[in-house]
Amino acid sequence: MRILDVEKIQSSVKELCVRANYYLSEDVMNAFNESIGREESPIGREVISQLIENAKIAKEEQMPICQDTGMVVVFVELGQKVSLAGGPISEAINQGVRDAYKEAYLRKSVVADPLIRENTKDNTPAIIYYDIVPGDKVKITIAPKGFGSENMSKIKMLKPSDGIDGVIDFVVDTVSQAGPNPCPPIVVGVGIGGTMDKSAVLAKKALTRSIGSKNEKDHLRELEKTLLEKINNLGIGPQGLGGNTTALSVHVEAFATHIAGLPVAVNINCHAARHEEVIL
Amino acid sequence: MGSYEISTPLTKEKVENLKAGDTVYISGTIYTARDAAHLRLVESMNNGESLPFDLKDSIIYYVGPAPAKPGKVIGSAGPTTSYRMDDLTVPLLESGLTGMIGKGKRNTIVIESMKKNKGVYFAATGGAGALIASSIKESEIIAYEDLGAEAVRKLKVYRFPAIVVIDCEGNNLYETEREKYRK
Repeated sequence: MRILDVEKIQSSVKELCVRANYYLSEDVMNAFNESIGREESPIGREVISQLIENAKIAKEEQMPICQDTGMVVVFVELGQKVSLAGGPISEAINQGVRDAYKEAYLRKSVVADPLIRENTKDNTPAIIYYDIVPGDKVKITIAPKGFGSENMSKIKMLKPSDGIDGVIDFVVDTVSQAGPNPCPPIVVGVGIGGTMDKSAVLAKKALTRSIGSKNEKDHLRELEKTLLEKINNLGIGPQGLGGNTTALSVHVEAFATHIAGLPVAVNINCHAARHEEVIL
Repeated sequence: MGSYEISTPLTKEKVENLKAGDTVYISGTIYTARDAAHLRLVESMNNGESLPFDLKDSIIYYVGPAPAKPGKVIGSAGPTTSYRMDDLTVPLLESGLTGMIGKGKRNTIVIESMKKNKGVYFAATGGAGALIASSIKESEIIAYEDLGAEAVRKLKVYRFPAIVVIDCEGNNLYETEREKYRK
């Protein structure tokens, strides 16, 4: 067994949270630079250039790209040959979040109870998913998720007979109805299959992939391409002010499902598309 | 589509000159309020209590800024999505509010009230919080400090960049521009 102190996880979570919020990741910046040349709408081009400028200011001033510094989603892939020492891992992760949001002047956007709605004032708790995997490493992926885009996400239990066309219609319709609200250009995560909850987690996990990355399976890669084209033909454009850059990327993930079901979840991310990872 | 410098107070005469698609740079005093602050403002109005600021010819900016670093006026401060304030907006327009800055769609009830009361809806670029913060010169919490990021702030802004998305005749840039690029 390899022994790993959770202190190491705590400090990594802190660092990843700050980095994800202060720096627009390179894949997103590349996508902006590519899309500005393709964008037909003058307002659309102006919006993208503002977003590029915004990222430069945030980096120079060491401040968040966006004031909605999100609720932190953490995916932990824990190698089964790792023994964790130094306390409960969930507490270490939450302490890392707490430290980042306090020390880096990030906004505290979490309420303790969805109905009573009192702010926890330290942006905890994080949403944490654990996977046990082979090996002796720990991979931590964090995605601080803003809710302008989260609120535009949807899930639907389709019938098997709805097939791929049903999936396409649901995804495109979800983006169409969201319109300007989720801060386009967006990244679209699609989870297909599993159970209701599994499809939602797949959609969320799809958002942690790099912009422009493609699914390894031919039919899903083809689906990603079709969805991106149809979404960019909606005319929504940057900030919903018209144009052909509505989505920068569509990421599809799929899992086995029941003979009676075809769950589909659509998780929308804004253009900040914050995602950072580390392997310990 | 013109480009205009506008200063507060935003009188109804100024509102009538603004058309959907105009670029504006706003200078003067604006107030911040988002979800929780809107609930309290409307509750106060219903109870006949005085409000933390005078709504007449005022502009509300839907924002919950990130905390200011030491020596800075404010943290990142871009707009939040406006539809969540729709159910609480009409009483404010009825009481003199003339401008709203946010991002995203408004419902027909708000748009009808904007036409009736001469109000204008501006969009600032969502996610450009660091860029927008540079146009905010002073920030002071004037109410509901317990709400943290959602407290009501009085902001002094200089050349705050925005676009007129819905004007007081109900013209809606989100609808007209999208049609042009639909394929």
